[in-house]
Amino acid sequence: MSVDPTTTTRRTFLKFAVGVPLTGAALAACGSSGPTQAGAGGGGGNAGSAGSGTATYWFLSGPPGEAIRTASVNRFNAANPNTKIKATTFQNDAYKTKIKTAIGAGQAPTIIWGWGGGGLKSYVAANQVEDLTSWFAQNPDVKNRLFPASFGAATVDGKIYAMPAETVQPIVLYYNKKVFDKVGVQPPKTYADILDLVPKFNAQNIAPFSLGGQSRWTNMMWLEFFLMRLGGSDLFNRVMTEKGAWADPDSIKGLTMTQDLVKANGFVKGFSSITADSNADQALLYTGKAAMMLHGSWSYGIQVANGGQFVPSGGLGWMNFPPIDGGKGEPGDTVGNPGQYLSISSKATEGEKTTAKNFFKTQVLSDAENKQWIDTGQVPIVKGTQAQLNASKDKDFLNFVYGIASNAKFFGQSWDQAASPTAAESLLDNIAKLFQLSISPQQFADNMSKVVGQ
Amino acid sequence: MALPALIMFIGFGVIPLLGVLALSFSSWDGIGAIHPAGLQSWRSVLNPGLLHALKVTFLITALSWLFQTPMSILLGTFLAGRQRYRGFLAVLYFIPLLLSSAALAITYKALLDPNFGLGAGLGIPLLSQDWLGRGNLAIGVVVFVVSWQFIPFHSLIYQAGVRQIPVSLYEAAQIDGAGRIRQFFSVTLPQLKYTILTSSTLIVVGSLTFFDIIFVLTAGGPADATRTLALDMYITGFQGNLMGQASAIAMILVLLGLVLALLLQRLGGRDRSASQLEGM
Repeated sequence: MSVDPTTTTRRTFLKFAVGVPLTGAALAACGSSGPTQAGAGGGGGNAGSAGSGTATYWFLSGPPGEAIRTASVNRFNAANPNTKIKATTFQNDAYKTKIKTAIGAGQAPTIIWGWGGGGLKSYVAANQVEDLTSWFAQNPDVKNRLFPASFGAATVDGKIYAMPAETVQPIVLYYNKKVFDKVGVQPPKTYADILDLVPKFNAQNIAPFSLGGQSRWTNMMWLEFFLMRLGGSDLFNRVMTEKGAWADPDSIKGLTMTQDLVKANGFVKGFSSITADSNADQALLYTGKAAMMLHGSWSYGIQVANGGQFVPSGGLGWMNFPPIDGGKGEPGDTVGNPGQYLSISSKATEGEKTTAKNFFKTQVLSDAENKQWIDTGQVPIVKGTQAQLNASKDKDFLNFVYGIASNAKFFGQSWDQAASPTAAESLLDNIAKLFQLSISPQQFADNMSKVVGQ
Repeated sequence: MALPALIMFIGFGVIPLLGVLALSFSSWDGIGAIHPAGLQSWRSVLNPGLLHALKVTFLITALSWLFQTPMSILLGTFLAGRQRYRGFLAVLYFIPLLLSSAALAITYKALLDPNFGLGAGLGIPLLSQDWLGRGNLAIGVVVFVVSWQFIPFHSLIYQAGVRQIPVSLYEAAQIDGAGRIRQFFSVTLPQLKYTILTSSTLIVVGSLTFFDIIFVLTAGGPADATRTLALDMYITGFQGNLMGQASAIAMILVLLGLVLALLLQRLGGRDRSASQLEGM
């Protein structure tokens, strides 16, 4: 054999060694999950369709929202055959990464679907989204029909950068009435009741709470309510803006209560490997493997769609998170998404921007769309829908959500959406560790003080 | 002949590498403007989180190597036989390599689900562990699934390696009275030296940058139990919007890959005279 294996292979090895990490980085830059509709990836911004007025629009996939968003786009396209909107859908967790990457790379869609708050603020800081303040001033009827509270998360430094859309989504404590009947217990009225229920369900081999813990924001909802009920809306806001607020006695108490609930087997076995995107957490509730679940109000529609006879037969119960004895918080306060938000990319052409604004004006929260939201058990952020809510088969739940949204003295925006992406990542990372019991409440507070208020 | 490869390598290897190097000395949120920031990213990257990620990465690399190498050598040697049933089995063994990593990870995630998975479905308590929810178990599962996918590939390398060994060596061993086991340890294994090096380098460098299966299976969790360096880079950059720090982590990955690949090369290259086929 005349070939020296060492010299020929070393080059190959080097190439491999250098190439692989970079390929990884390059691929990641292209997004971890491709668009589900072919050919739309490069259609954003000023690429390709410049000047034609055909706008692009990315939003979340999955029931029930995907069908409603698609229907609105289809209605718009039917009415405006020359200035259509091309839609592309993504899974929730994948979308959060994909949209940031696309915007950073100048490949943003014309219409950017989002949660407002800190994410929107980072787009604004980079001049990536259109200021819609004057447009709203010219179109007061578009603005005045929406819940005023929905504009908070769309506003940065006094200017409106997004069109509030879709539904108001407080976090709700759901419970399976059939499981409660089977075990012979009553729904909790205070947090102390919850602690009493935990061993009773565990004794029957039913998980007290379902939780999709791998998604992390699911765990966060628990901490949000603990802090809100213990320390009130003031503490809720301060922990994400004021350095050291996590070390407040009420914060430490909330963090400790979280770990106590984990230690008491309050959450379903294997919660840290369950993802919310797969809806497995909700399946645990409607199949009766878990008794209760803290989740967004959008989960109601998912349980109707996937749970068979569970919701129609009256199996699902719901309530606002109960008060905690000695807590300073208002029992009516809540947290969640005050709406969803549609921004326009500043990199889009004038034609595309016009199409997008026309879409906002004519199809976003149109009567037809509102009806669809209500049909899936969600409350659109439009004033004066009570008659429609009352006519729905889901009127009990809808009125409950409408009541929370309109009566809450404080409707907090979820921390991970309100904070900057960097702070949100740190928060979620520490929350995962807190639930895994790998850090103590004090360590959590120390870690967060390095991030918050910087 | 090498020109197209060279152009590809420069275009997709060297130039991005330089870009990442430059980014590691900057501060960038991935959306706005890029600001030069000197050593700031490097300073903030050197924290306990990085050490933990390094530890996890090396642990997964070492376990992958320990699990994959013996399995692959045995399977490869077995498949090198010319019997027809072995050819048939070879096709079966090769199937995992043809599956997409993401699909594979989703499948395993479903099978291992403690509430809806295989163990719960069949009522076997041993199988219904909290596989992906406990740190040590999750690392074991990751190593197993990665190995399940890549053992076929390494078996293929070993199969080719074993088939290259001259039959006369085995004949000589037989004359000397060596049984099959003795033949394996005294002829096959020494002759496979370079094949082992090739396969090990691929395993080690591959494990360093392993991403997709872990991302889908555990997303680095529970907490940070399976957060490898590659995952840390991704999460820091694309979820935490800290592209400068992510680039610094990427550079550390590149350096590690280089050093390990070179070390493995040294290991094999020291006594070149031992090349077994000389004089055949």
